[in-house]
Amino acid sequence: MTEQVVNDFSITVGTPNGSGSSTANNTILRAIFKMGIPVSGKNLLPSNIQGLPTWYTIRVSGQGFLARREDQEIVINLNAQSFAKDLASVKSGGAFYYEDSIKQPIARTDIAIYPMPVKKIVREIPDLPANLRDLVSNMVYVGILAQMIGMDKEKIELALKFHFKGKEKPVALNMAAVHAGAQWAAANLEKKDPYFLQAMNKTDGLIMTDGNTAGALGSIYGGVQFVGWYPITPATSLAEALSEYLPKLRSDAEGKHTFAIVQAEDELAAIGMTIGAGWGGLRSMTSTSGPGLSLMTEYLGLAYFAEVPVVVWDVVRMGPSTGLPTRTAQSDLSFISHIGHGDTDSVILLPGDINECFEFGWKAFDIAERLQTPVYVVIDMDFGMNQWMTEPFRYPETPMDRGKILWEEDLEKITDFGRYKDLDGDGIPYRTVPGNRHPRSAYFTRGTGHDDHAKYSEDPNVWHANMERLKQKFQTARQYVPQPVLHGEGSPVGIIAFGSTDPAIEEGRYQMEQEAGLKTDYMRVRALPCTPEVGEFIRNHERIYIVEQNRDGQLHAWLTARNPEYATRFISIAYSDGLPPTAKWVKTAILEKEQN
Amino acid sequence: MSESLPMAGASAQVNAAGLSKNDYRGAPSTLCVGCGHNSIANQIVAVAYELNIVPENIVKFSGIGCSSKSPTYFLNRSFGFNGLHGRMPSLATGALFADVSLKGLGVSGDGDTASIGMGQFKHAMRRNLNMVYIVENNGVYGLTKGQFSATADVGLELKKQGKNLYHPIDICMEAMASRATFVARLFAGNAKQLKEVLKAAIAHRGIAVIDIISPCVTFNNQEGTYYSYTYGKEKEEPLHDVTFHFASDATQNTLTYVPQKEEIKLEADMVEGEIREVKLHDGSFITLKALEKHYDPTDRMNAIRTLEEAGDNGWLLTGILYANPEAPALPDLYRLTDSPLNRLTEKDLRPAPDTIAKLNAMMF
Repeated sequence: MTEQVVNDFSITVGTPNGSGSSTANNTILRAIFKMGIPVSGKNLLPSNIQGLPTWYTIRVSGQGFLARREDQEIVINLNAQSFAKDLASVKSGGAFYYEDSIKQPIARTDIAIYPMPVKKIVREIPDLPANLRDLVSNMVYVGILAQMIGMDKEKIELALKFHFKGKEKPVALNMAAVHAGAQWAAANLEKKDPYFLQAMNKTDGLIMTDGNTAGALGSIYGGVQFVGWYPITPATSLAEALSEYLPKLRSDAEGKHTFAIVQAEDELAAIGMTIGAGWGGLRSMTSTSGPGLSLMTEYLGLAYFAEVPVVVWDVVRMGPSTGLPTRTAQSDLSFISHIGHGDTDSVILLPGDINECFEFGWKAFDIAERLQTPVYVVIDMDFGMNQWMTEPFRYPETPMDRGKILWEEDLEKITDFGRYKDLDGDGIPYRTVPGNRHPRSAYFTRGTGHDDHAKYSEDPNVWHANMERLKQKFQTARQYVPQPVLHGEGSPVGIIAFGSTDPAIEEGRYQMEQEAGLKTDYMRVRALPCTPEVGEFIRNHERIYIVEQNRDGQLHAWLTARNPEYATRFISIAYSDGLPPTAKWVKTAILEKEQN
Repeated sequence: MSESLPMAGASAQVNAAGLSKNDYRGAPSTLCVGCGHNSIANQIVAVAYELNIVPENIVKFSGIGCSSKSPTYFLNRSFGFNGLHGRMPSLATGALFADVSLKGLGVSGDGDTASIGMGQFKHAMRRNLNMVYIVENNGVYGLTKGQFSATADVGLELKKQGKNLYHPIDICMEAMASRATFVARLFAGNAKQLKEVLKAAIAHRGIAVIDIISPCVTFNNQEGTYYSYTYGKEKEEPLHDVTFHFASDATQNTLTYVPQKEEIKLEADMVEGEIREVKLHDGSFITLKALEKHYDPTDRMNAIRTLEEAGDNGWLLTGILYANPEAPALPDLYRLTDSPLNRLTEKDLRPAPDTIAKLNAMMF
């Protein structure tokens, strides 16, 4: 056997969709995490409830790289439909585990082959009732893998205790299957591949969760009061996390709720409700994905024009149209940045890790209420629905900013309240909300042309001045949105990107430096409009690669339109096929351009 | 806040809330002279005055169309939101959560409700929003100059459109099918009935649909057709005489500024058996005096049968078709804080700092 490879490989499990393998796969992920080894896991699943092939890919990286890799060192197959494809995908020198009732030809001799008699092993588990065999059978491959790569069974138990919320019986049943698999492997399999785990301490103090949960929790700490939503993959679990955690975190001493959630009849209604509540003075949000956002467009245009604060989470999936509902992309940026007809501008927050999903979750409300406009928080399926290790959530470090809102006592001091008057010269007017009982509080909100007292107006000067004020307000937004994050300095070569491409870019930069001696500076943009640091970065770099996961280079287009004098410095690296990006893609694409 | 209220005893022309009729008015109408919608706006002003409503306790909503412009013609001191075509209900659903002591007053039209807005309309019924939902129904699109709406009669001929090929949608029937808790059909030309039913609708807790046949004098007023003024004037058949009575224990009436006291006096000619009483949520009640035959507005099946029969025969039956004052309204289904949600502060809305460690511990 060749030299051991420790904590640096990928494991991919191929199963039929709906076979219950996600518990097993998450258990592997969590056990490795608890061993202190940096790890990431991604579902590569079909839009289907049961039957179609699905894969779960785990990246183990002692160095801490969490992007997907193209190479698969260990492949576990429990699905006849994808057997040949899975077998072919194993890297030379790797390992292939398969459920031995699948009888298909195996021609490869360059990899280790491990047949697994899963059914037989399950049958022989003492005291396991026959009707529970199917439920725990996936844990057999966890046990076999644990034995073969050195996964700590105590950590497996911790993962199961977490999954089953401490319930002893299912933990014991599943552990019985793990032990049975491990014992069978110890007695029957000879290790022929070099891949091993070894405990580290690199995940100490970190937590593990998904972006949708983090976004929901951040929203709760941001004081969300109204949620109007409609189910859509991959955003559904965000609203579901709100439903799960809001009652726990936001009930008063008598158990009464400081929030309301309504599952709407469609996205047209979800956004209508959300905007109604935002107008009413509530911290109001919705979560959706591309097709839902298309339906919400008209109302969002009204919210922009009537200046209603709302927070809209877009968990991006592949489009156009229904696209690939369970696959990931960064392809809604162009659409959102000018959503609605007529002239509009959108304030967009772009979390680049799971912790930022939490942080921007609460910040989004401060920004929306400060600016009185819809604020979009854009993540994607990869962040939204996959488990990620991340720093623990931090309690909001700034008090809530409720913006320019006037109550009865404020109106007493004002003789002429005008809803859309720009008193402070920042483009942001003052607002009152229903429930204010002052006789001068009310105004009539409309999507039609209006003057600074909200009265209907077709006066050309009034229209023009109002639109210019809205434009100015978008400039003001720069003071309130998150600044970019900068890595590296001094290179003439820059990279600009956002969101979930971050792990692939970080690793790609490392590889470019190691393999080709190319140093790069990297700016991760965290909001549109951009703060001044982005302009400075653009001025200070000769070539700037704008890396994103879509067809047309949407951030590239956004930056080019706003920095035409630097357009020739921008090089678009844009690609989208539904899979999370890899470092290899980043490296290859940039080196190709650099060497030309 | 009190400075704009008239001084006590300063004028006889103030109501029990201390407000004059002017406090309930809106901007001048920009609709056609003679439009049924204007008389509805005027009646809303009158009713709000007579009910001693504090205008700040009402929130107005509308969609798009002639009807939806009308909320600017009444209750200037109430907040209002003119939303999107057919999507007033969702806007109201969210907004009314801000402060559940507020009452919604929505004005829509037949296009806004029965065509583009049918989905949201029916879901508003299902959720029992605490709102009066007026449909100013004239069977025709006015602002786009005379196209058929979904409530237009089959066979109706309009100047530019030719003959209407499709059967009409009955808004009251759709409301009934979606379990609306208060359903009335009225004729804009019958001011007295409009006033009394409007009062009852405002006092009703939950959704109150009032389908008001409101002739379009410009585009759909041909002699003998269902939505014409003359048809309503000649053929309206009221189901009953409706009279609204204030709550005897008026502290329950949360919309008014001051408690009401009114002694109930039944008219001398009303005899037992002819009068039906329906008690509303806030303690007020309506009396319905039977006309040709008895009509029980709490009988859902009978309401549906009556609507079906009227539709088949082109009868313009008016009155309160159905009322179920006991059904819980939308906010009653939620366990909300006593203080309105939009008055809560950071202290109420942001979980305490010590929760964050517990939360992180839950994240594995």
